[in-house]
Amino acid sequence: MQTVKMVITGPFSAGKTEFIQSVSEIDVVTTERKISSDAERVKNETTVAMDFGRITVDDDLVLYLFGTPGQRRFDFMWEILSEGMLGFIVLVDSVRPETFREAKHILEVFRGYATTTPYVVAANKQDLPDAWTPEDIRIALKIEKEIKVLACVATDKETVKTVLLELLYSILENMQTDE
Amino acid sequence: MALKGNLRDFSTTQLLNLVNLARKTGKLSVNSPTIGASLYFKEGRLVHASTNTEDGNLTVMLIKTGKLTKEQAVAISKKSGSTSDNVIGKYLMDAKLVSREDIVQGVKDYMLEIVYDLFTWHDGDFFFDQDSESPSGRITMPLNLDNVILEGSRRIQELDKLQDELPDLSTIALKITDKPLRGVKLTQDDWRVISHIHPRNSIKQIAQNNNMDEFQIRKIVYGMMQAGLVEIIRPEGLEPKKKKPVTRAARKAASQSPAEKRSVVTKLIDRIKRI
Ligand SMILES: Nc1nc2c(ncn2[C@@H]2O[C@H](COP(=O)(O)OP(=O)(O)OP(=O)(O)O)[C@@H](O)[C@H]2O)c(=O)[nH]1
Ligand SMILES: [Mg+2]
Repeated sequence: MQTVKMVITGPFSAGKTEFIQSVSEIDVVTTERKISSDAERVKNETTVAMDFGRITVDDDLVLYLFGTPGQRRFDFMWEILSEGMLGFIVLVDSVRPETFREAKHILEVFRGYATTTPYVVAANKQDLPDAWTPEDIRIALKIEKEIKVLACVATDKETVKTVLLELLYSILENMQTDE
Repeated sequence: MALKGNLRDFSTTQLLNLVNLARKTGKLSVNSPTIGASLYFKEGRLVHASTNTEDGNLTVMLIKTGKLTKEQAVAISKKSGSTSDNVIGKYLMDAKLVSREDIVQGVKDYMLEIVYDLFTWHDGDFFFDQDSESPSGRITMPLNLDNVILEGSRRIQELDKLQDELPDLSTIALKITDKPLRGVKLTQDDWRVISHIHPRNSIKQIAQNNNMDEFQIRKIVYGMMQAGLVEIIRPEGLEPKKKKPVTRAARKAASQSPAEKRSVVTKLIDRIKRI
């Protein structure tokens, strides 16, 4: 049996766990923990090691979705999670510009691990009124025009599917240009 | 959709760069604990600026920039009986109190003073209102943001802002973008930096070649970067080593033929469509 993996990364509270939960056929195996420090108390739980979701294709092929922990102190996990990934998705919290710099940092670190691995950026929480548009986020994060920046609502399965599909299309294109 | 935040997280330089690149129209309000400023844009150009501490009408602009005295302003207001900048401007010129060039220069200087000051703010909530037009009756003057960003960045005084954008100068090099340099006002220092740009020269080397200290080079590079004139690249010879696949899945994937790999991706696409 072959397993392939994609990594969902992004800053603290960007919606990574929610994203994986929306499409995973199993309950996301998440290693969440109650949040202790006040600074990070925008929600009650955070992912401390990783999230883990699964989509079975057939008897021979399974896709695993790995979500990285959002807090910097767990970034030693990032490189391990990135090994052998088919592609990755950087989730951006569109309503919190204070996390954009961190999102860019994470993006660069992952690009450093895997310089030729395709990726897309997902501007998450587009359902909220204060959300920055994907076009503005592209400029704010200085994303080159070759990279897709997609609107996303992690709680809405259809937009999550679109993001995954767009990544897969980028992966296909990348394979064609490689040959 | 909104464009909302605080200058602590997204600086004036970055904001103006965004307005410039996205050719935005609307009003940008910035409010610090002590003062508020409003900038009005049309298709990515700055057309009007005001603060909440004074009425930014034409006579105020001209008094502030030394083109008109208070007494002259009061007299002309009485005479014209209007509050429209256009009407007052015409009266001022007819009375030969100021020339057309004085008005252009005065308005421009007034606007630039407000916007340059914004570059030194550390804190301030901002909000961009796409539906807002410049206040009626007020004079507008389209200014290209490239030069505003370049000059404004030169006024940044805090090293830490610059450090965030350009962390390690010895591991990044520069590339000149294809944006035309014509019409952009570059200083001699800017040119000195540009003349040393090469894929093998890290920014640190460029600084050393020019005898510039870290703060100087950071300011120059930051301004040119935000104005879209240069881009950051990895210096040649510092390419990251390509890691060999280590996991079992990765080894297996690496041994697959291109056709097999493509077939895996196509299967994934079909499966996800069916979710
Ligand atoms: N309105 C809205 N809320 C969302 C969306 N995505 C996530 N959220 C909410 O945002 C919060 C954070 O989501 P998580 O999925 O826990 O974020 P995370 O990236 O896994 O966070 P960490 O693991 O702590 O880094 C939760 O309260 C979610 O319900 C979205 O698209 N729209
Ligand atoms: Mg999580």
